[in-house]
Amino acid sequence: MKQLCHHLAFPWFGMDIGGTLVKLVYFEPKDITAEEEQEEVENLKSIRRYLTSNTAYGKTGIRDVHLELQDLTLCGRKGNLHFIRFPTHDLPAFLQMGRDKHFSSLHTTLCATGGGAYKFESDFRMMADLELHKLDELDCLIRGVLYLDSVMSSGPSECYYFENPADPDHCVQKPCTLENPYPLLLVNIGSGVSILAVYSEDNYKRVTGTSLGGGTFLGLCCLLTGCSTFEEALEMASQGESTRVDKLVRDIYGGDYERFGLPGWAVASSFGNMMSKEKRESVSKEDLARATLVTITNNIGSITRMCALNENIETVLFVGNFLRVNTLSMKLLAYAMDYWSKGQLKALFLRHEGYFGAVGALLELLHPS
Amino acid sequence: MAECGRVDSNTSHTMDKSITLPPDEIFRNLENAKRFAIDIGGSLTKLAYYSTVQHKVAKVRSFDHTAKEAAGDKLYEISMQEEVTARLHFIKFENAYIETCLDFIKDHLVNTETKVIKATGGGAHKFKELIERKLGLKVDKEDEMTCLIKGCNFVLRNIPHEAFVYAKHADSEFRFQTTNPDIFPYLLVNIGSGVSIVKVESEDKFERIGGSSIGGGTFWGLGALLTKTKRFDELLQLASKGQHASVDMLVKDIYGGSYGYLGLTGDLIASSFGKSATADKEFSKEDMAKSLLHMISNDIGQLACLYAKLHNLSRVYFGGFFIRGHPVTMHTITYSINFFTKGEVQALFLRHEGYLGAIGAFLKGAEEDNPNQYSWGENYAGSSGLMSVSPDMNPMQRARSGTFDMLEMDRLERQLVNLPLLQDPSSYIPDTVDLTEDAPAREYWLYCFEEALDGVVKRAVASQPDMPEAALRAEKFRQKYRHKLQTLRQQPFAYGSLTVRSLLDTREHCLNEFNFPDPYSKIKQRENDIALKYYQKAVKSLDELSWEEKQFALVRGVLAGNVFDWGAKAVSEPAFMPLGGQTDFCIFFFIPLSERPWLVDSYDQWLERLKGPPHKCALFFVDNSGVDIILGVMPFVRELLSRGTEVVLASNSGPALNDVTNGELQILTERIAAMDPVIEAGLREDRLLLVQSGSSSPCLDLSRLDKVLAMVVRERQTDLVIIEGMGRAIHTNYYAMLSCESLKMAVIKNSWLADRLGGKLFSVVFKYEVPVGKPNKDCGAFSPC
Repeated sequence: MKQLCHHLAFPWFGMDIGGTLVKLVYFEPKDITAEEEQEEVENLKSIRRYLTSNTAYGKTGIRDVHLELQDLTLCGRKGNLHFIRFPTHDLPAFLQMGRDKHFSSLHTTLCATGGGAYKFESDFRMMADLELHKLDELDCLIRGVLYLDSVMSSGPSECYYFENPADPDHCVQKPCTLENPYPLLLVNIGSGVSILAVYSEDNYKRVTGTSLGGGTFLGLCCLLTGCSTFEEALEMASQGESTRVDKLVRDIYGGDYERFGLPGWAVASSFGNMMSKEKRESVSKEDLARATLVTITNNIGSITRMCALNENIETVLFVGNFLRVNTLSMKLLAYAMDYWSKGQLKALFLRHEGYFGAVGALLELLHPS
Repeated sequence: MAECGRVDSNTSHTMDKSITLPPDEIFRNLENAKRFAIDIGGSLTKLAYYSTVQHKVAKVRSFDHTAKEAAGDKLYEISMQEEVTARLHFIKFENAYIETCLDFIKDHLVNTETKVIKATGGGAHKFKELIERKLGLKVDKEDEMTCLIKGCNFVLRNIPHEAFVYAKHADSEFRFQTTNPDIFPYLLVNIGSGVSIVKVESEDKFERIGGSSIGGGTFWGLGALLTKTKRFDELLQLASKGQHASVDMLVKDIYGGSYGYLGLTGDLIASSFGKSATADKEFSKEDMAKSLLHMISNDIGQLACLYAKLHNLSRVYFGGFFIRGHPVTMHTITYSINFFTKGEVQALFLRHEGYLGAIGAFLKGAEEDNPNQYSWGENYAGSSGLMSVSPDMNPMQRARSGTFDMLEMDRLERQLVNLPLLQDPSSYIPDTVDLTEDAPAREYWLYCFEEALDGVVKRAVASQPDMPEAALRAEKFRQKYRHKLQTLRQQPFAYGSLTVRSLLDTREHCLNEFNFPDPYSKIKQRENDIALKYYQKAVKSLDELSWEEKQFALVRGVLAGNVFDWGAKAVSEPAFMPLGGQTDFCIFFFIPLSERPWLVDSYDQWLERLKGPPHKCALFFVDNSGVDIILGVMPFVRELLSRGTEVVLASNSGPALNDVTNGELQILTERIAAMDPVIEAGLREDRLLLVQSGSSSPCLDLSRLDKVLAMVVRERQTDLVIIEGMGRAIHTNYYAMLSCESLKMAVIKNSWLADRLGGKLFSVVFKYEVPVGKPNKDCGAFSPC
């Protein structure tokens, strides 16, 4: 039963504290009446101004302006939805800021999900005098996905897929909607990976997961190339050549391995060429970054495909921050789903990649389920 | 995916290329070798060839007894004959030795018929030219996966205890699986540079259903980049010392504890290498290697489980160079499979995994010889066995195993199958005690066999008085068997589960190896001669008894006869010499059998049963020569025949200790038939049959019996199985469940074992069993119909 939330006090936040990133969504009301404006306490105003007038916070906080949803109606209020992220290891700085800005005086409920909601619960209490309303991350994820796909927004469509995934020259992004999406395989690629089979809005199960996720990509890249950020790692990967690092089927068989229908271009052994000293010495950091990206992405693809087969599901939705600004991985996934399933499986993606958990948490604030 | 060539060549050329073992002890029987096959992997070469072995066998031949017998005439003559048998040789060595080995083979290869050598493995093309030049044979390349599967089917079918489960922290790290007669379908996960997942449905039908590029090459390549460590083995060593939690992001790193809602524990890895996503921290090589090992093992395990689930398969074997005897990877793969299937699927490994490709390539080339129509047996004397558990435990052995390793398989004369009367062939375990798991028992038996070695050597020499070099050969036998015992002390799992049976069989194999095919032949001959003289007297005295007295006397006779056993320690000890030294019929009555109730005593039920209708057909597995068979078993058989029960006497095909062989039993039975009309009629009317068991062991494996025996058992609708003696009814088959009535009779002639079973020396086991829910299908009750 939906509860009227007109009078729910601002600010409206939803938070998802993951292993690597904290995702924060903030609803900025645009229909504030003069009367409200009068009543609005200074602290609240200051927070609103701080968040909406900046695109970067501290050293590492970033507002993804391109993802902002404008003129959104939420609980009868019109406003804009902002998407903000910062590394989990900077959470203390965030808490410090909350303390400085007297966030706790606003008497708001802070809905939070992700493992950090549990891990840092006491820090929120001790450092910022804030009580967290902890929510399960998978519940929030699904709620957030379904909500964002359904909202009418003037911007680009939330959901999209790649047309002609097998043909790099004609592979283009095409919008679509999640109409009749069930059953759906939802693959959330954060630091690690969770794979969920979703049968309806409130009927889902976690099928499996893998520890080879975005954290692995970045962790290995840092060790192999000395880089330190996701953006750097991706930039290097975009310039490298993984075939110098990986051993392909054709490297072993001279061409296709026809007996088993394996094309020559398929990777036989990820990093397989690195068994050789000479080849280790001849590859570039960019090649290594690319190979890491390809290895992790293809592996997620394989496991996803097997789960889809086992669960008898044909629609796969990939989300999570690993896919942020990572068209390379998305195209690889789209291609892998299409190629290995002979066109049976369809890979879908969402614009707000990693923010669904946080959106779900916000929705929980407005409409407790 | 294919095992790739090891490209790091800097490690190999510094190696000493001389062969440390005498090459003729490695490449044995080359003179008659034909049909070569070779599997060249990244670092190891596996050579296979088929050869014939000429060795001595003891044959018995009946004298012509038509003339009137004179006292002191021997019943039969024993002669040593040369026999040629087929043997498969498999040798594994480092690629560095390939040239030396090819030279040696070239020099010793006499057979000129051989024109081709079948080759497989990633390195086959690299060495093609060298092989063709050195051996003058044409290299014929075979598909790697086909060879692998062929080899896998072959070992699963022919080598008992081939597959095992690995349990790092258990009492015995290796838990060997019983041979399931039905080996299909199964999943083979081959972890070479990449991973291939193959579903095998029958001998000729298999399919690569999937794979992964994250495999051994990833561990090696990525590991070399991360740790600057070049060798695969060293990387594993590093990994075994590391702590992955400093590199991996665990669930508790994200949640502060477990993720209770989903049941994910805090120690679970949430993101492999998740903690290394930073530029300002150093990580130890060990920790990174460990994290990498976990990442790859878990990933492979997960995919294997997904494929197993999709194809509904529960038997999953793992192989490839990533696994190959490495406890570290076997452990992580096992862990992963347990985790992802919640224990529903067990990760299985193979003792001869490294040979599969070579075996398969060989079989491809030998198709016209129909090797799959025969049964084969692992020759314990000529095979190295599975090597060391942990790399640190036995560095010397490990180093050696890296150099040369051998597997020899004898082609058995008879095709072996299950006894059709086993209640559940897939769960049947012949051996009563698994010495791999039972350390005190292992200690005792290894000691016991070591103690007995002098006696065995003496007897072996004595059995060949006309051969002056027998002493030298016997000494070689001593060295070989002692070495085997030492190996087994260190590595009880070397040939599968260690059992009293395997210790006995290994001794027989070693004796044969040095041409002592039948050390007891003379003793058996003498005892048969003497016992035969008392047969009629024994039968006469039995016939004078009342029915009930007679039944007991017959059972007692079998038991007393079974005490005469040269294989048993107690019987050959001085205290027992008055009995063993000079066998006399009168002693038969003074055998110190314990009084009833016996240690295991279901005699009353047996007697009740005898009051009922006769059995249709009894299968009797006999034990020793002499008093046992002649004065114990034969009168019992005679009574069964008189009751109208057909009798199938199953005896060993080849000699083992003083057990009566089929050849000897033929002669003995003929002689008894000449004295006893009941036996004579039985033979004539085909109601008494002598068949071979197909075995040459003092123990009995009911899952590997002569096909003819199985056929006879089925045709005659056998409804009673009698197993006699310690080796067959105590060391093995004590717990065997049969689908018909069974009778297990033995006297415990070993004080340690008696102690273990809660009895005394010479305690009697008389175990009569009727399968549950199957009382007597003819009458329902034990009353005359």
